Amino acid sequence: MKKYKQAVILISLVALTSACSSLGVQPWERDLLAKDEMALNSSPIDASLDDHIYFSKESSSGGRGFAGGGCGCN
Amino acid sequence: MQLIDNKKANKNKVNVAQLLTVATCTLLGTTAQAEEQKPWEFDTALMYYGETDRVTASEFILAATKEFEDEHILNLKVTVDVLTGASANGAVPQTEVQTFTRPSGNGSFQTPAKETPLDDTFHDTRVQLNAQWTQPIAKDYRVSGGVHLSKEYDYLSLGLNGNIAHDFNLKNTTLSAGFAYTNDTISPEGGIPIAFEQMLPPVDEIGGGLNRDGSDEDKTTIDLLFGLTQVISRQTIMQFNYSYSQVDGYQTDPFKVVSVVDDNGIAQQQLYENRPDTREKNSIYWQTKYHFLSDSIIDFSYRYFWDDWDITSHTVDARYRLPLGNHYIEPHIRFYTQEAANFYQPFQKGGSALPEYMSADYRVGKMDGITVGVKYGIPMKDNTELSFRLEFFQQSSKSNGDELPGVLNELDLYPSVDAIIAQVNYSF
Repeated sequence: MKKYKQAVILISLVALTSACSSLGVQPWERDLLAKDEMALNSSPIDASLDDHIYFSKESSSGGRGFAGGGCGCN
Repeated sequence: MQLIDNKKANKNKVNVAQLLTVATCTLLGTTAQAEEQKPWEFDTALMYYGETDRVTASEFILAATKEFEDEHILNLKVTVDVLTGASANGAVPQTEVQTFTRPSGNGSFQTPAKETPLDDTFHDTRVQLNAQWTQPIAKDYRVSGGVHLSKEYDYLSLGLNGNIAHDFNLKNTTLSAGFAYTNDTISPEGGIPIAFEQMLPPVDEIGGGLNRDGSDEDKTTIDLLFGLTQVISRQTIMQFNYSYSQVDGYQTDPFKVVSVVDDNGIAQQQLYENRPDTREKNSIYWQTKYHFLSDSIIDFSYRYFWDDWDITSHTVDARYRLPLGNHYIEPHIRFYTQEAANFYQPFQKGGSALPEYMSADYRVGKMDGITVGVKYGIPMKDNTELSFRLEFFQQSSKSNGDELPGVLNELDLYPSVDAIIAQVNYSF
């Protein structure tokens, strides 16, 4: 099952990467994407506070960034 | 002499560059500041997290970012949090008052009848320091490296990380790979409990011997993170991540016990829990941001997580940023659902063989979570911003299908936890 999942992820990534060459915009079409609020991690402080809360209260971590260790939070 | 000449030459160059910058900016009607060295930027936040009858935490963050020439960026961050209150110790509720020894072994506390046993001895202050350096190393290649230190009374975490990113396809596609190493040491007051041994009455009552062995334990974590960021259109950007984490070492919670109950559901004794000392975690993460032409932005993400403890989880997170004049409002909703670890059990039946591992910690049990909140932002002049965030978080523990003996049927073994999150941010 684990091997199967890893294979699916790998194939998806390769497929996505090869499809990427036809996606995207020209440099002069980046007006909206260039906004601070369009950055993928536009509120890093909120994100780190949230990660700390959910890391302490749930069994999952990481995804957006490193899962890490970091605290003995209860 | 050569050195001085070079310095002079450089100085002249800078002056010319400055003059050109000023001239260009004057022509364009912008200020010269932008092209010169950028000032430090600061982000601060104060957060309050409060659970009904349980833990409350206050956390303060000060982050400073400085962009030097050629996109060389230094980020420094200090986090301080203070934690107080009570946390479920894993024991089952009972129809009678229960007495538990404090984790330190000094003294005891009582849990009223029909209530979830909560250990109220938590009081900790944590200080965390992070430093991260990011810079280009070649055309379309960017590297980043960082360190972190987190210290609380009974816990120390030290870590380092590295990341490389490559842009291509007119910078519409970015591939990245990261590595992190973390070493954590836990030194609980009273020592490390011996797994499966009984929680004994306090030292002052029996004169020592608490079934403890050693004063500290540690664990190491290795994280790998592979990411693909793709601009889809003028309004859409997406990110796909795969992360793998390998944890080796002590992952048992030294403050948690499992109740041994008889056929009537009456607790006979409390045994210290035991978790495997290896864990492999995986997750896939997909995030999309879409900019509507009406200027509102939707930020949607989904994460699937699985590990070799048989924990799996789904997390869906959505934020919708709506401009309100110069201000903005951002509603947020998050759903979380988790399947239990294979060693999770809410209690142990007396007389049956002990498993290799066991934990009654609800956090490794089956659960759902929901967060609903809103952020209100007030952007101000000179790139400063004040914002407020208020969220409600509810965690609902679920039965894993365990059959309950006797009195446990009358008691709430799967309580929910309600929390409020209030936060103020100021960036300048």
